Amino acid sequence: MKRILIVTVLSLLFVSIASGQQEEEINTCADCHEMMGAPYDSIVHAQSQDIHAQKDVTCADCHGGDPTTMDFEAAKAPETRFRGKPDPAEIPDLCGSCHADPEYMRQFDPGLAVDQLAKYWTSRHGEKLREGDAKVAECASCHGAHGVLPVDDPRSPVYPTRVPETCNTCHGNSQYMAEYNIPTDQYEEFAGSVHGQALLENKDIGAPACNDCHGNHGATPPGIVSISRVCGTCHINNMDLFQESKHEPIFDMMDLPECETCHGNHGVQHPTDAMIGTGEESVCLNCHGEGDSGYKMAAAMSESIDSLKMVYDSAEVMIQRAEEKDMGVSDLEYSLREVRQSLIQTRTMIHSFDVSRVEEIENEGLSVGQEIIRSARELIDEFYYRRKGLGIFTLVITLVVIALYLKIRHMEQQKPSD
Amino acid sequence: MKESILSWLKNRYPVDSVTEFAQKKKVPLFQGTIWYYFGGITLFLFLIQVATGILLLFYYRTGADQAYESVKFLMTKVHFGWLIRSIHSWAANLMVLSAFIHMFSVFFTRAYRKPRELTWITGMVLFLLAMAFGFSGYLLPWNELAFFATKVGTDIVGAVPFVGDFLLTLLRGGSDVTGATLSRFFGFHVALFPGIFTLFLVIHLAFVQVQGMSKPIGAKEEELKTMPFFPNFVLRDLLIWLIVLNVLAILAVFFPWELGAKADPFVPAPAGIRPEWYFMFMFQTLKMLPAHIAGLEGETVGVMAFAIAGIFWILIPFFDRSSQRGHKSKLLTYIGIIVVIFILVMTILGYTLS
Repeated sequence: MKRILIVTVLSLLFVSIASGQQEEEINTCADCHEMMGAPYDSIVHAQSQDIHAQKDVTCADCHGGDPTTMDFEAAKAPETRFRGKPDPAEIPDLCGSCHADPEYMRQFDPGLAVDQLAKYWTSRHGEKLREGDAKVAECASCHGAHGVLPVDDPRSPVYPTRVPETCNTCHGNSQYMAEYNIPTDQYEEFAGSVHGQALLENKDIGAPACNDCHGNHGATPPGIVSISRVCGTCHINNMDLFQESKHEPIFDMMDLPECETCHGNHGVQHPTDAMIGTGEESVCLNCHGEGDSGYKMAAAMSESIDSLKMVYDSAEVMIQRAEEKDMGVSDLEYSLREVRQSLIQTRTMIHSFDVSRVEEIENEGLSVGQEIIRSARELIDEFYYRRKGLGIFTLVITLVVIALYLKIRHMEQQKPSD
Repeated sequence: MKESILSWLKNRYPVDSVTEFAQKKKVPLFQGTIWYYFGGITLFLFLIQVATGILLLFYYRTGADQAYESVKFLMTKVHFGWLIRSIHSWAANLMVLSAFIHMFSVFFTRAYRKPRELTWITGMVLFLLAMAFGFSGYLLPWNELAFFATKVGTDIVGAVPFVGDFLLTLLRGGSDVTGATLSRFFGFHVALFPGIFTLFLVIHLAFVQVQGMSKPIGAKEEELKTMPFFPNFVLRDLLIWLIVLNVLAILAVFFPWELGAKADPFVPAPAGIRPEWYFMFMFQTLKMLPAHIAGLEGETVGVMAFAIAGIFWILIPFFDRSSQRGHKSKLLTYIGIIVVIFILVMTILGYTLS
């Protein structure tokens, strides 16, 4: 009786282990595609890193089919709902079947966005796809189909530093984009811009990529009215000042894209002081002409920046001169930061297009800057005063020393040592 | 007027015996007379330290949150504050240098021999106190270099066998260099050390006055030239003091003592942390020792070796029998030369090796 019991337990154990192995290992999709060799096996290899595979999402979850049978026909039989490679038009809904389901996605990460599908259908890509244009980007175009990596993985095609290159796959292809009648040089422009250099060269992922202005899943060109909102996401003070300014309603009325009118879009460069004023590089002169109020305002604001900059430079030179003389300048260096801050604020304030507000900040900076120049000059004077004082002191001491020496000599000549 | 004051004093104090003593006091005049001036120079620099130290105290505030700021204020806002601090720092260094020269001149001329053994010992106490003054004063501005140098310096104290940990905690006022260490060092620097120093200085000077200047070893009394202590030697002393004062002023004006950045215990130690130059030879020696010597920590062995050498050096008047018999021991002269070369080489290595 005891022997029968042992055999029964061992048999059950063997069966349970064997069935466990079967559940874990049987994926005939991978087995067959691996055996088929290149290029089919690359799908299997890519899946080894795929975020879905890591979360136990199988081939069959997207493609249908029965991965438990070795029978090729049975594995792809209609009752297995095998769909093979989905059409591009099917892909958003296919991905959305999980990614737009908050309850399902919550198990992986409760903070994960689930509005990608809804946004996608509002994007130009989504709209065109609905219209039957299969060339537009869908989920797999950007994220990849197999071997999908999390967006914060630097190898992912949608990692911030790689987004421009990913968008450029289509948008930089003039042949591919020919029928859409939009430019294809955005990448080159962007790469040479202040944003592009920060992102692509300095690897500063805080700098904007394409999606930061255009949106990602809901990608669409920002409209005339919303453009300052887009730039204002980061340049918040400039946006607020412009929104309050007299230029805002005029730009809207004239259908001018707000920030873009002066700064450009994809190729936006680091702004220079020459952009304001009445010089050759002034953007004000694109609309204003000599004699009008805008022209005068541009000249006044430019003068404010120039005079503050001049005081800043002079203060910096004076501090340097005092420092070269080993005088303590740390307080002045600290104050110089205030002038620098005023200069930055003045450059920002020009977006209000209000001369009095610009001058108010300019004057604050000017008074601190002039105070620095005065203090630095005092330190330099103090340096020479110390040298002069030392000279007088040395002269007096030398005279006393000589007198003392003569006295000792005189004394010892009169009464030599014993 | 002068006569009446003198007679007023004579009626109350033994003025005559003092003036008689001063008139009779002679200073030996020979090739090595120049070394006699270094004791006086050290004394003069100490007096400058006391005077400038008191002036600095008017503005200095102790505590990790005030010390640096108060020194900065003193240097930038107070009239001649920069000069006082610079002179205090330069005079401290010159005082230690002058004390070094004074000590070695006494050693090489064997001036410590009978009956001046206690003069040598009190002098050595003063010398060690001068170094302690330097070490404690270095931290007071609470700047970056001083903070980390103190950290390294007190770490070495921790290597003393048996009592190292206790001494370390006693010095630092805890396990690390903090505001508590600063308060302690301030206390040592302005109260404890000046008190002990003054006491030993008075004894040291009293011994010198009572016993007079040491004559060169082996010199015959009748052949030895002398000069009167007063006024000849005193006037020469005064002349040298004035020159030293001028040198100090030149150093303070041309090379004002820098303050640097405020100490921040949370940043890593900057490169090039070094002790004051007069500790450099010991610091460099400890650095060059192997990690373990005869099963003991290399640093512990080094600290013990320096302690034993120091005790031997202090007690040298009692070991040196030759000088008692009126001639110089060649061995001791060689030892002295080796010590000087060792100090010089190790100091140079300390500044040149990274």
